Amino acid sequence: MTIETTTHTAVSHGAVTEPSSATVKFLARDVNVFYADKQALFGVNLDVLRHQVTALIGPSGCGKSTFIRCLNRMNDIIPICRVTGTILLDENDIYDSNIDVVYLRARVGMVFQKPNPFPKSIFENIAYGPRIHGIAMQKTDLEEIVVTSLEKAGLFAEVKDRLYEPGTSLSGGQQQRLCIARAIAVEPEVILMDEPCSALDPIATAKIEELIDELRANYTIVIVTHNMQQAARVSQRTAFFHLGYLVECNATEQIFTNPEDKRTQDYITGRFG
Amino acid sequence: MVQEHTVKSFDEELNHLENILVEMAGMAEVQLADALDALVKRDEEKAAAVVAGDTRIDALERQVDNLVVRLLALRQPLADDLRAVITALKTASIVERIGDYAKNVAKRTAVISQKPPPGTIQSIARMGGMVQGMIKDVLDAYVTRDIDKANDVLKIDERVDLLYTSLFREFLTYMMEDPRNITPCTHLLFVAKILERIGDHATNVAENVHFLVSGELPEEERPKGQQSIYEVEPS
Repeated sequence: MTIETTTHTAVSHGAVTEPSSATVKFLARDVNVFYADKQALFGVNLDVLRHQVTALIGPSGCGKSTFIRCLNRMNDIIPICRVTGTILLDENDIYDSNIDVVYLRARVGMVFQKPNPFPKSIFENIAYGPRIHGIAMQKTDLEEIVVTSLEKAGLFAEVKDRLYEPGTSLSGGQQQRLCIARAIAVEPEVILMDEPCSALDPIATAKIEELIDELRANYTIVIVTHNMQQAARVSQRTAFFHLGYLVECNATEQIFTNPEDKRTQDYITGRFG
Repeated sequence: MVQEHTVKSFDEELNHLENILVEMAGMAEVQLADALDALVKRDEEKAAAVVAGDTRIDALERQVDNLVVRLLALRQPLADDLRAVITALKTASIVERIGDYAKNVAKRTAVISQKPPPGTIQSIARMGGMVQGMIKDVLDAYVTRDIDKANDVLKIDERVDLLYTSLFREFLTYMMEDPRNITPCTHLLFVAKILERIGDHATNVAENVHFLVSGELPEEERPKGQQSIYEVEPS
């Protein structure tokens, strides 16, 4: 099968300015998703670029969460869900029958809307993944992973004296950063975030946004958000979904100053009827 | 027409902003027309009214500034809304400047009304008519979001620049003929320069309209028509 790698918009209207050095981490072509008989996504073509934050925006039910869940095969756990089309991660088809889904989800981590720490200590929340994936067996190695993961998630200074207290004892914003630290601990390449700040206050949100910007140097990030200002603040590229279609994907600055599609314009300016 | 916002009060504020700007622009047009009329008719009373009237334009500009800051802070406008707000802010500043220029023309009326050489005032009036036309057209283009009409204004500006160069030479000739012409002709030259500057401001508004409608800044640098005046050497 030949895969076209040059177009970045589902509906391409003329020139799209692209950083030529940026390479494609995820390449999705003609992705359709069905929940039983109901089709939720229609022929989505989208490239996620390496070391960039790609924001997925759109009204409720537009398919953005469905799409992000295709990227680490989270939809597999829904029995009535069926995915067609091609999704390549570093040129390998993630829906290939030889793919180890557990390993895929280690490479492509996920952070959810509500912080969901395990009912265990802060230390164990982070050590659990590396241990079951066999990344670290020695206690000293595990300790190092826990500390560096917490540091990367900007949480270490706040929790270093209470690593053995329950993860659930932390504040909401801290719990979310704990979940990000937990995702980082298994050394993923991509972090998917589904509304990671919608349950957080503005200060905790700002911390997560700052963290996202820092993580971009080492990871590729895809974030679903209802908050358009957040998409504008954290992402380099923004994709707008509507009624299961990818309407427009472009540089974030372009989307928020001069979108090409009228539906995008109507949505981001608050004119959706 | 453009679809309304889900939040109606946002539309109301955007409309209010545009209405203030239109009112301001109308005032500036009248101020410039009156200033030129006062100059032609040597009507010092009318000129004084123009000088006094400028404060109303300044007050409206402050209203625009406040409203824009409020809209940016409270509504976080995006895409065409963002462009509308930014363009209104920039255009209000230009219109305010045009008002200042009209006031400056009016201030010179008293001096010029002494005794300028015959025909010079008419030349200024002709240039003034062209510039007034530019302002009217560009503001119409702004209100109707008409990018072609805005582009036409750029072409008229080239003619205004050429006219300015020819007036410059004409006034210089009068001054060389008779030193008593120096005072009135210098003031008329300033008026000509002011009108030329107003023309430039009209083209800036035209560029704003281009940005407002298309989302892109006009690319090409316009041809400059007045290079030759810098080549005139005093004898």
